[in-house]
Amino acid sequence: MDHIVTPTAWGWAAVQALMYALLAPLLAGWIRKCKARLQNRRGAPVLQPYRDLYKLMGKEVRVAHTASPLFRAAPYIVFTATWLAAATVPLAANILPTSAIADIIVLVGLLALGRFFLALAGMDVGTPFGGMGASREMLVAALAEPAMLMAVFTLAMTAHSTNLASVIDAQLGAGLVLRPSLLFALAALVLVAIAETGRIPVDNPSTHLELTMIHEAMILEYSGRHLALMEWAAQIKLVLYGVLIANIFVPWGIALSHEPAALAIGLGAIAAKLAILGAILAASETVLAKMRLFRVPAFLNLALLLGLLGLLGHVILEVGA
Amino acid sequence: MTSALWLAALAVALAFASGAVSLFAGRAPRLLRFQAMPLVALSGAAAAAAGLAALWQGGSVGAELPLGLPWLPWRLRLDALAGFFLLVIGLVTAAVGVYGPAYVRHLEHGRDSLPALGGFTALFLAGMMLVVLADDAFGFMVAWELMSLASYFLVVFQHEQAANRRAALLYLIMAHVGGLAILLGFGVLAAFGGGFDFDSMRAAQLPFAWASVAFCLAFLGFGMKAGLVPLHAWLPEAHPVAPSHISALMSGVMLKVAVYGFIRVVFDLTGQAHWQWGVAVLAIGSISALMGVLYALMQHDLKRLLAYHSVENIGIIFIGLGLSLLFLSDGHTLLGVLGLVAALYHTLNHALFKGLLFLGAGAILHSAHERDLEHMGGLLRRMPWTGLFFLVGCLSISALPPFNGFVSEWLTFQAALQAWQLDSGVLRSLVPVAAATLALTGALAAACFVKVYGIAFLGRARSRHVRRARPVPLGMRAGQGMLAILCVAFGVLPMSVVAMLDAVPVQILGAGLPQISAHGWLWLTPVAPETASYSAPLVVVLLAALAALTAWVWRRGAVRRVRRGDPWDCGFAPPTPRMQYTASAFAQPIRRVYGLLFHVDEGVETQADGSARFHSTIGDRAWGLFYLPVVAAVEASARRIVRLQSGNVRVYLGWTLATLLVLLWIIS
Amino acid sequence: MSIAELPLLQQLVLVLAALVLFTSFVLLEQARLVAAIHAFAWQGALVAAVTTVVAASGQGGHLYFSALLTLGLKAVLIPWMLHRLVQRLELDGRADSLRRPALVIMAGVALVIFSYWLVLPIVEQELSFTRNIVAISLAVVLLGLLMMASRQQAVVQVLGFMSMENGLFLAAVSATGGMPLVVELGVAFDVLVAMVLFGVFFFQIRESIDTLDVDRLNRLTEAVEGEE
Repeated sequence: MDHIVTPTAWGWAAVQALMYALLAPLLAGWIRKCKARLQNRRGAPVLQPYRDLYKLMGKEVRVAHTASPLFRAAPYIVFTATWLAAATVPLAANILPTSAIADIIVLVGLLALGRFFLALAGMDVGTPFGGMGASREMLVAALAEPAMLMAVFTLAMTAHSTNLASVIDAQLGAGLVLRPSLLFALAALVLVAIAETGRIPVDNPSTHLELTMIHEAMILEYSGRHLALMEWAAQIKLVLYGVLIANIFVPWGIALSHEPAALAIGLGAIAAKLAILGAILAASETVLAKMRLFRVPAFLNLALLLGLLGLLGHVILEVGA
Repeated sequence: MTSALWLAALAVALAFASGAVSLFAGRAPRLLRFQAMPLVALSGAAAAAAGLAALWQGGSVGAELPLGLPWLPWRLRLDALAGFFLLVIGLVTAAVGVYGPAYVRHLEHGRDSLPALGGFTALFLAGMMLVVLADDAFGFMVAWELMSLASYFLVVFQHEQAANRRAALLYLIMAHVGGLAILLGFGVLAAFGGGFDFDSMRAAQLPFAWASVAFCLAFLGFGMKAGLVPLHAWLPEAHPVAPSHISALMSGVMLKVAVYGFIRVVFDLTGQAHWQWGVAVLAIGSISALMGVLYALMQHDLKRLLAYHSVENIGIIFIGLGLSLLFLSDGHTLLGVLGLVAALYHTLNHALFKGLLFLGAGAILHSAHERDLEHMGGLLRRMPWTGLFFLVGCLSISALPPFNGFVSEWLTFQAALQAWQLDSGVLRSLVPVAAATLALTGALAAACFVKVYGIAFLGRARSRHVRRARPVPLGMRAGQGMLAILCVAFGVLPMSVVAMLDAVPVQILGAGLPQISAHGWLWLTPVAPETASYSAPLVVVLLAALAALTAWVWRRGAVRRVRRGDPWDCGFAPPTPRMQYTASAFAQPIRRVYGLLFHVDEGVETQADGSARFHSTIGDRAWGLFYLPVVAAVEASARRIVRLQSGNVRVYLGWTLATLLVLLWIIS
Repeated sequence: MSIAELPLLQQLVLVLAALVLFTSFVLLEQARLVAAIHAFAWQGALVAAVTTVVAASGQGGHLYFSALLTLGLKAVLIPWMLHRLVQRLELDGRADSLRRPALVIMAGVALVIFSYWLVLPIVEQELSFTRNIVAISLAVVLLGLLMMASRQQAVVQVLGFMSMENGLFLAAVSATGGMPLVVELGVAFDVLVAMVLFGVFFFQIRESIDTLDVDRLNRLTEAVEGEE
């Protein structure tokens, strides 16, 4: 415990946390740009999400008459919980006190905390859309969370740990081993990530129809700086899942010490991995269409099945008698 | 240690005193408010103090009461396990005692019998404390029945409504079937131990078959009281109909007494654990957790919903116990201890947050006269303190960090994740399935409490009563506040709680969890720091720091003007409260996904005046699957036996003679 | 023995076997006929891949041949035949509704655990490096049977039957390095003939009762009684 919790390590953890917050809009912009290119449009500049956030900050806030204090507190809670959850995922360096503070189950819990308040905020104003969004979000979450934990368990059984840094260490230490369980866990986690971050085919982040919204329906009443926080939190969540998938399944490149060179390599590696993931996401969103809401359970049950098969595969094929 | 036992005795005595005082409440109704309820609070405080002292000092102390039969004296014993459960009882009871005076006030002018309420509350409390303190089967059963019967009268307290009487009767029957199973279980143990006291039972060596019989009987009996699926059907009927502070006691505490009984018999008295037991407990626990939360989601009566959540949480506790049994049977004592600690922690947590939520439901009932979620809305602005405390309860029960429910579920997950250490591959693959069920349960619980809080406290009021709701009196707020503070404290400082809990496994399993506290009070490390660690204090500090930072930056950088306006109405008419999502609508997608598990009866009827009405009720499948067949069998056998009833006195006398002859023949 | 100690090729066999199991689950819950046929083709291709890898890890030359045979027959020929059959029967956009998909999947998972439990005694004898694949193969066989039991569509039942055969073949390849070539050829021929016969039967069934829903076959007895 003591070797991780040093002032330098805390310093790097803080830097990493800031990087999550500062780089999150960039990934969103990158995905939008890729999507636009794939659709033969020129698209907005990659830095557009920063401008959007800045502009939202400069707008006055409109709050409905019927809103309670919870409505105005929720953006801060959602943002903070998501940010802290992201801070526990090793980004460029694997030596982090934050991943000791909160292991991957706590990470899931923190995301759930954010979601809880997001859904409550959606129901606060008392319009039908908010309630609809909250109801759907909780349905998706209820199905996604067990699938996510199933995938996590598969990893944890392999690495004998739920500490993310230990999991990544175990992955790096094992070298190239073809594990069926990891393949399934990866597939499950990808499906869960798509559902949880509200991407196509589960939810459409750029929809303009109230009746088809999930995430957007919950934040329909937000404006100004509150909306900026909510949007930013969603972007951080997207980066979080991207980094989680990239660093767990393809950990190579991540820095194992605080040497500047190693850190630079780590940063470059994660940037490249995220760029590739973003491009893949953009491509898949271009090809796929949004599903009906009641097809989503089948989609997430597939994720759960993959998680289960990963676990069974681990027990049956990998451990031996 | 003797002082702890004296404190416990004081707690029981105070409970009886409260009962004695409230006998006079018929003539002076204020006695209940100003004497009996404070005595209940004091009794709770004394019990909590006794429990803490017992946990702190470890070891055990016994005493013999000059009661009972000449050759069968009542024995009391206060050890760490009993102390822990005394603490659980005491904490909730104290809060209920503080909350109670204001709540019972509105009963003073009603027709309900106040002496009955106060007297049976006191007996109920004393019964629970004595169950925990009893050191022989005889005393245990007497106290158990005292608890069951007293709570029956509390359930039937508002007996004008037929539904309440039916619920109470069901409860009475189930309680007695369960009591019978427990009695038989003790009989098996006593037969091998040669005595009714727990010491000789503990010393007995049971063959596997008989030990399993005892286990099954105990599981059946205590499981029935605890409300495990499929024996839970009485629970959502009985708990909601009692007065709210009693519901808090029943759901928060009485179910825990059943958990105590199960731990005492299975972990302490029968000794050696077997993996078959572990699998059975784990499976039933998982099913209970899942079914409990799914049925809870479908309820729109707030108290009934909370009662179904008790089924869920008891399931989670039994998942922890099942894991513990599995690990113990495999020889992994430390992991067994981890499972047990997780279960105990969840027991404590559930008592706190379920007590809190029932008190909150009581507060709503008190000030808005409403139990139905469909008529609530906007209560946060009308009852801000209750709203805040209820939010804490919701966050805790949904297992969200950094609240207490999360810590115990996290520990359960950690225990489940050590399944790779089990020898059997099949068990290795079954345990994670149980863990996935637990994950699903947690997520569904969060959905359910978003529904409860969002519908009841947020949005706009859906009925006139609710629109006129006012904040509840100070005492009621204080009672909720105590429990809310404890929920937060036990979530933020898990290390202190675990250190306190450690005495229990040390006493009954002979081993503690040295590793869990090896890294100071900041870090919770159940197995090893590399495996998993959680630092709730730091999570809270970081959350607060990040929130403060965000708020500071945001408020400096952004435009600070806030304008109030109307919500978005799509350009049509402004939304009315009736256009809000309802509780049923919120749960509809989940109902559709898990439709198989519910007994749904819905449809649209056209009224005589041409208007259409939609009705939808969701029944418990357990009724059709388990209860109605039993009822049918009982009725069928009754129809056979009724032939004896000819109405002729001489025939009856003949039967008596025949019975006498047979009995004499048997004993000769 | 843990997976990290095995040579890379054998790890690959394990990964492929796990994927075969996954395709079995896809078959089990896939409602659309055409998609199910595609899943079956993938399963055949994966079994062929397993065979190739086992052959490459030094199990002998004739396995290459049976890999080719499997690929040709199970991944291309039979799916193609089924595809054409479905088109001619005009069943292609049809979805065969699975009544309780979650329940069937849970039963499937239970079957996997059960087959693992069954082969545990074999595993303890340390028969061969890929010994645990026997459990997977058995599970594939059982899942095929479960699929036949849980579906109503005759075409899907044939898929289940074929995937059972895949499971058997997988077991043979992984546990004992393949069956003798003659046996394999015979089995392959059998499967092909069975396929042709099934095709003929489908038309017969459809002509006589106008559907391929096997639940309707129950009524045949009633019809006979009615005539008498």
